[in-house]
Amino acid sequence: MSKTPLDTVEHAAETPDVELPWAELGLKKDEYERILGILGRRPTGAELAMYSVMWSEHCSYKSSKVHLRQFGEKAPQSDALLVGIGENAGVVDVGQGYAVTFKVESHNHPSYVEPYQGAATGVGGIVRDIIAMGARPVAVVDPLRFGAADHPDTKRVLPGVVAGIGGYGNCLGLPNIGGEVVFDACYQGNPLVNAGCVGVMRHEDIHLAKASGAGNKVILYGARTGGDGIGGASILASETFDDAKPSKRPAVQVGDPFQEKLLIECTLEAFQEKLVVGIQDLGAAGLSCATSELASNGSGGMRVTLDDVPLRDSTLSPEEILMSESQERMCAVVEPDKVDRFLEICDKWDVIATVIGEVTDGDRLEIYWHGGKIVDVDPRTVAHDGPVYERPYARPSWQDELQSDDANKLPRPATSEELKDQVLKLVASPNQASKSWITSQYDHFVQGNTVLAQPEDSGMIRIDEESGLGVALATDGNGRYAKLDPYAGAQLALAEAYRNVATTGAKPLAVSDCLNFGSPEDPAVMWQFAEAVRGLADACQQLGTPVTGGNVSLYNQTGEAAIHPTPVVAVLGVIDDVARRTPVAFQEEGQLLYLLGDTREEFGGSAWSQVVHDHLGGLPPQVDLERERLLAEILISASRDGMIDSAHDLSDGGLIQAVVESALLGGKGARLVVPDGLDAFTFLLSESAGRAVVAVPRSEEVRFNDMCGARGLPVTRIGVVDGDAVEVQGEFTLTLDELRTAHEGTIPALLA
Amino acid sequence: MARVVVDVMLKPEILDPQGQAVQRALPRLGFEGVSDVRQGKRFELEVDGPVDEAALARIHELAESFLANTVIEDFTVKVEEEKAGAGK
Repeated sequence: MSKTPLDTVEHAAETPDVELPWAELGLKKDEYERILGILGRRPTGAELAMYSVMWSEHCSYKSSKVHLRQFGEKAPQSDALLVGIGENAGVVDVGQGYAVTFKVESHNHPSYVEPYQGAATGVGGIVRDIIAMGARPVAVVDPLRFGAADHPDTKRVLPGVVAGIGGYGNCLGLPNIGGEVVFDACYQGNPLVNAGCVGVMRHEDIHLAKASGAGNKVILYGARTGGDGIGGASILASETFDDAKPSKRPAVQVGDPFQEKLLIECTLEAFQEKLVVGIQDLGAAGLSCATSELASNGSGGMRVTLDDVPLRDSTLSPEEILMSESQERMCAVVEPDKVDRFLEICDKWDVIATVIGEVTDGDRLEIYWHGGKIVDVDPRTVAHDGPVYERPYARPSWQDELQSDDANKLPRPATSEELKDQVLKLVASPNQASKSWITSQYDHFVQGNTVLAQPEDSGMIRIDEESGLGVALATDGNGRYAKLDPYAGAQLALAEAYRNVATTGAKPLAVSDCLNFGSPEDPAVMWQFAEAVRGLADACQQLGTPVTGGNVSLYNQTGEAAIHPTPVVAVLGVIDDVARRTPVAFQEEGQLLYLLGDTREEFGGSAWSQVVHDHLGGLPPQVDLERERLLAEILISASRDGMIDSAHDLSDGGLIQAVVESALLGGKGARLVVPDGLDAFTFLLSESAGRAVVAVPRSEEVRFNDMCGARGLPVTRIGVVDGDAVEVQGEFTLTLDELRTAHEGTIPALLA
Repeated sequence: MARVVVDVMLKPEILDPQGQAVQRALPRLGFEGVSDVRQGKRFELEVDGPVDEAALARIHELAESFLANTVIEDFTVKVEEEKAGAGK
């Protein structure tokens, strides 16, 4: 895009035949023709830049929109939901006048290109989404997925990502309370770096992204605008990597967490003084996104003078300024008589702030550069009326074959000795092994309100020091289950996160999701996506937990090979008093171990089938959402009434994995008895959903059993907390030392 | 023996928080008139034997693959002749 002569609206109208690089900017021919139709002339270079980034897959959700509507259509009635889907993040009422906002987003592609900065700016982006709602960020979580643990490239990507998350989060002073780390060869060229954030505010402080009131000023504040990440949104996030075209390698963004910290404090102070009418963070698509979204969500239009944008590099063209993804910037709409005070606050925090435009009473977004009008568009056509695709989707031909390759028919251990070896191998496998080498690089406890953090079932943060009110957040996803059956896989991800929240004693309230899939242009991938969304929407409706927002990441694919469909689900819960929480670790010898729920022979997609047989086939575990709800109610009641001292949900790796984790964390062993009607193998390794194992003090045994009996939840006594070994009677004994060596040695050996 | 210097700088379009911190500190310390600061890294490699084309190619390779992160950084390689008493 040349800078001379200036490509103004007038110039564009006079020179209809000028060829613009729409294809290079990622637009399809019909999309470009649609822009010509909307404008009635060719777009200027600046307009083309805006449309191209805003109509990219990443910003417009053009492939996913038709499916995502279900989250709204099937949303359950929930009194807790204060702000629903469509804003920067959803807001949930947690009582006592507090509201909580939370969201999970992906930063997958940038983290593959430049692991440290990609992951760091992922944290920065999600934190700005939370402050744009008027909330103070209180914690972050990071669900991560990498290629095979022993692949050389994992050793490049993982340490960078982990250091980036730790570096940015620790500098901001935000505790990292949860997340996951999963290894699978399918993520080799496409690691998934998802980042979530929780923020807290008072009900009256909720802020929405809109620009209303003619004459109000538009203020850009935060870092100067530079040439980083230009075209990132359209080119980086929306096309698969292609080794043949190194020129497409994008300029990555570098984050500055100290600037972000100033942005947090400065924004919250401005909110405190009620100086802000509307606000929007600058993420993907930068100013293009912020101006068009603010303008189209408000009642009027907007006029912006691009010359006033503070630049880091004075040679930037207007197109580049509009597309730049420089980090740590926000855009606020402020009434004229409050501008001075707003600028004063920014100055106090050493944050550069500049009035770049104002709200008009028209309905156009007009942008000026060197006196010429270079953008004149209806902002809605940029921000909301982008292309929507009904992409063709079809159940892949290999799905039946995959599902008939039944994991229940795999050879099982023939002897107790073999069972013991397989259990040891399981707890030492990269996916089941302790991730503390990774999570200990994050600060869990900064701010002093962290109640639970990794490796607990969910992270928990106290939000009121007086009453002990707290929130819990768990994220889960199992790409192997979703590959076998995307509908059930998405529901299992939700069920697990829901169960994890309840296991700690918190009541699940709302859901955010990060949907990671391959290319939407592949009908098989699109089918996986459609099924997963349908499954998740149905399950949210049944469990009464609305989806408040989230993010879709497509094109996670190298060549023909897409990643496993990986819906990652975050569930937020509330607990009246964090002192009543239930930890994973065994607390006291002599306490009785109970298994809640039904155990069936379910090995499809299981950790056992992966670790022992390198197998993926069959069907994932059955989903029973009513059972999940009942189990959650029991776990929450038992926690509140002090009937259980520890609890752990059962998921990948089955019962033995859960018991080993509780034993190692508590430094106390367990004696287990295989219940009647089950064989030891199924008892220990099946991954039936809707289960948890709890430790009950002897004094509470009768009360706990009565409660489960009265509500109809199957409960089986399976042993006792005891000794310094995990013993399965009649089968094998593994000492805690042996288990610890196996469980905790794997990740450092691979990565340290 | 010769000294080869590899200078590594963030690419011009990449944000340099350290450089900016220095730049912001300057006026506070009374040093006016500096509008921008970019901070980089300098590596001094003492090379055995003659610095011929093969040696330079090798240094280029190690700089590209190890000293610099070429996704966000540029580097230059230059040869500095050894001087007696060049300690100043």
